[in-house]
Amino acid sequence: MTAVITGVGVVAPTGIGVEEHWTAVVNGDTAIRPISRFDASGYPVRHAGEIREFDAAERVPSLLVPQTDHWTHLGFQAAEMALADAGVDPAELPEYEMAVVTAASSGGTEFGQKEIQKLWSKGSRAVGAYQSIAWFYAASTGQISIRHGMRGPCGVIANEQAGGLDVLAQARRMLRNGAKVVVSGGTDASLCPYGLTAQLSSGLLSRDPDPARAFRPFTPGAAGYLPGEGGGKLIIEDAAHAAARGVRAPYGEVAGYAATFDPPPRSGRPPTLRRAIDGALADAAITAAEVDVVFADAMGEAGADLREAAAISAVFGPYGVPVAAPKVLTGRLYAGGAPLDVITALMCMRDGIVPAVPGGWELDPEQHIDLVQGEPRRMPVRTVLVLARGYGGFNAALVLRAP
Amino acid sequence: MDTLRVVITGIGVVAPGGIGTKAFWELLTSGKTATRAISLFDATGFRSRVAAECDFDPAKEGLTPQEIRRMDRAAQFAVVCTRDALADSGLTPAELPAHRTGVSIGSAVGCTMGLEEEYVVLSDGGRKWLVDSTYGVPHLYGYMVPSTLAVEAAWACGAEGPVALISTGCTSGLDAVGHGAQLIHEGSADVVIAGATDAPISPITSACFDAIRATTPRNEDPEHASRPFDRDRKGFVLGEGSAVFVLEELGRAKARGAHIYAEITGFATRSNAFHMTGLKPDGREMAEAIRVAMDKARIRPEDIDYINAHGSGTKQNDRHETAAFKASLGHRAYEVPVSSIKSMVGHSLGAIGSIEIAASVLSIERGVVPPTANLDTPDPECDLDYVPHTAREHRVRTALTVGSGFGGFQTAMLLSSLDVRDAA
Repeated sequence: MTAVITGVGVVAPTGIGVEEHWTAVVNGDTAIRPISRFDASGYPVRHAGEIREFDAAERVPSLLVPQTDHWTHLGFQAAEMALADAGVDPAELPEYEMAVVTAASSGGTEFGQKEIQKLWSKGSRAVGAYQSIAWFYAASTGQISIRHGMRGPCGVIANEQAGGLDVLAQARRMLRNGAKVVVSGGTDASLCPYGLTAQLSSGLLSRDPDPARAFRPFTPGAAGYLPGEGGGKLIIEDAAHAAARGVRAPYGEVAGYAATFDPPPRSGRPPTLRRAIDGALADAAITAAEVDVVFADAMGEAGADLREAAAISAVFGPYGVPVAAPKVLTGRLYAGGAPLDVITALMCMRDGIVPAVPGGWELDPEQHIDLVQGEPRRMPVRTVLVLARGYGGFNAALVLRAP
Repeated sequence: MDTLRVVITGIGVVAPGGIGTKAFWELLTSGKTATRAISLFDATGFRSRVAAECDFDPAKEGLTPQEIRRMDRAAQFAVVCTRDALADSGLTPAELPAHRTGVSIGSAVGCTMGLEEEYVVLSDGGRKWLVDSTYGVPHLYGYMVPSTLAVEAAWACGAEGPVALISTGCTSGLDAVGHGAQLIHEGSADVVIAGATDAPISPITSACFDAIRATTPRNEDPEHASRPFDRDRKGFVLGEGSAVFVLEELGRAKARGAHIYAEITGFATRSNAFHMTGLKPDGREMAEAIRVAMDKARIRPEDIDYINAHGSGTKQNDRHETAAFKASLGHRAYEVPVSSIKSMVGHSLGAIGSIEIAASVLSIERGVVPPTANLDTPDPECDLDYVPHTAREHRVRTALTVGSGFGGFQTAMLLSSLDVRDAA
């Protein structure tokens, strides 16, 4: 069984729809802007990757708008685009052969804050009926299953940012267990006052007030990351099934994957990202030399960057492989981040263009990686390694191969 | 697929009515209930004011002051269960092969208690929409992301293999153990610490179930409030707790001479794609999940000796589930004892699936099936043998346990004594 990607849907700060997003990435157009969803002027972080021009009333069925959080609105839109892109009409496929597995990170944060505020300011009877289904982490998977009549296995993995890769591997497992088409990926949206405040408590957000300087992974002054919202959905399909229904050219194959977990802080044991990379390459049955590009997790926090750069240079050699970090244009999207990176990587394979971070960054000389800077690099790309890490120690590595 | 066999070699339980497997099993077999008036918060004015609470003192359970400060109640449960399960398996964290040890923890609502408590402070009692970030505790982000529960379990056992937090609402506890078993089946890990935890007895979670009238308003009589399959059932009783297991590949477990409780022989999930909270009375998709699990396990309806039901005590669930058993098992549904431990320990959302696995495994080990408490007047639409009131001695070689949850998720798992597969 070969798991191929036959459809993609993007709802990201860089654009709604994969082409709009990809054009922005190739052009290096940043989507980091002042937060507009609420008055963030009193918070130490005031910039984020917000999605512009997303009007739920126009894009989500009217009955579902009040029942679901912004995060799920974005998920509906991304799933719908991915299904259309794959040419999949769920009504035509066997109900139990369609599965859904999405990544979640913080659930329906904005919806939850509104309801919890009602509870504490007006009493328990003020809490609305939809809190029970809008806030919890399984809301998007359940709603997508219902909306498209998908009755196969449903799953949710909540491994913070790493979960976005874990669910693609889970989709591959579902195919191995008999599903034929899986809606996967993830979106996230926690740009509300409580969501931002909770993120601030991790100490990983950049408090640099200059948005052009705030999120600069792999540089000596790396001060943290900026948050964003959105993500992407992908249709993962059994290659034979895709071929049988006439799909000529899938975007690529989910060829390898591995996940590891770092030991606790101060344990003295080594971090494990390198082992995840080695595992994913072994799973794909390829050597490091066959990888054309690495999409980095690129957290922008000094220690995390150092560990990631060390793992990459250990596997590929110093400056041994081009490294891309398009998340500097969108901010860190949590459950949506890795799926968006995967979609961007598929575009990079399709067009032979490796996206660049803005030029002029002074890179940390102790980090021996070839971060693509300034101008996108044109080169044939057949195999990409995508990395993602989740808060607390999750590492995931995924190998994508051109069809 | 599934050439590697997965067995349970350690159990840790924190449940209403008692901490530890012994107290848990004593409660279940006594037929007594652990449901009571809510004491964890002031529930005055709430529609449902009963719950099944754990008498849990984290310090007494061995957590340090820093661990207690850092961890939400759900994380505390999970860590205590992880340590207990490991101790029960005869393994120490130092003996675990770190790189080959995985973790799979389920939770429906994550660290909702910590999130709500901090919200109250930061919003100054719900006054400020623009919450005051300067009052945030350093662990607040850890409360927002449920992954923290898997992180804490991984730290407690030193796992460095694949770690996951599975959050499929009320089937999380079955799905997380199913995922853990899958990691061993496919060769990604040799040992997996798998289970689930939830601590949802808080104002916001109670209020949201109040709003959809899912929890019982039977407040005057808390001990008898959870009434699965009874004609007078009026909704579920919120619970809390955790159960965590040591899963091992069979050959490894045998080689070290481990005590083997049971084998995970079948697992499947399906979705109804019908409604986020509503269930059709025919139980169609749950029946399909049961059929697929039996098929994978090569187990026939006649081989099933006990059904540990979801049995939440809502009007619609108990009918839905009864129909699912009939549709998937045929006449066997009428012959096999079916019981709901939620009658005694309440419905702890994502955790309960794992707690029910613990009950199922113990029923295999002890040859006793727990009863359905409070089943005084059978619902004519629920006409199976629900083991009312009193535990029953009964040989169980294969137990079926099922879960049904918001989102339309339906999960079935089969647990068997080793001889079932050996004979196949």
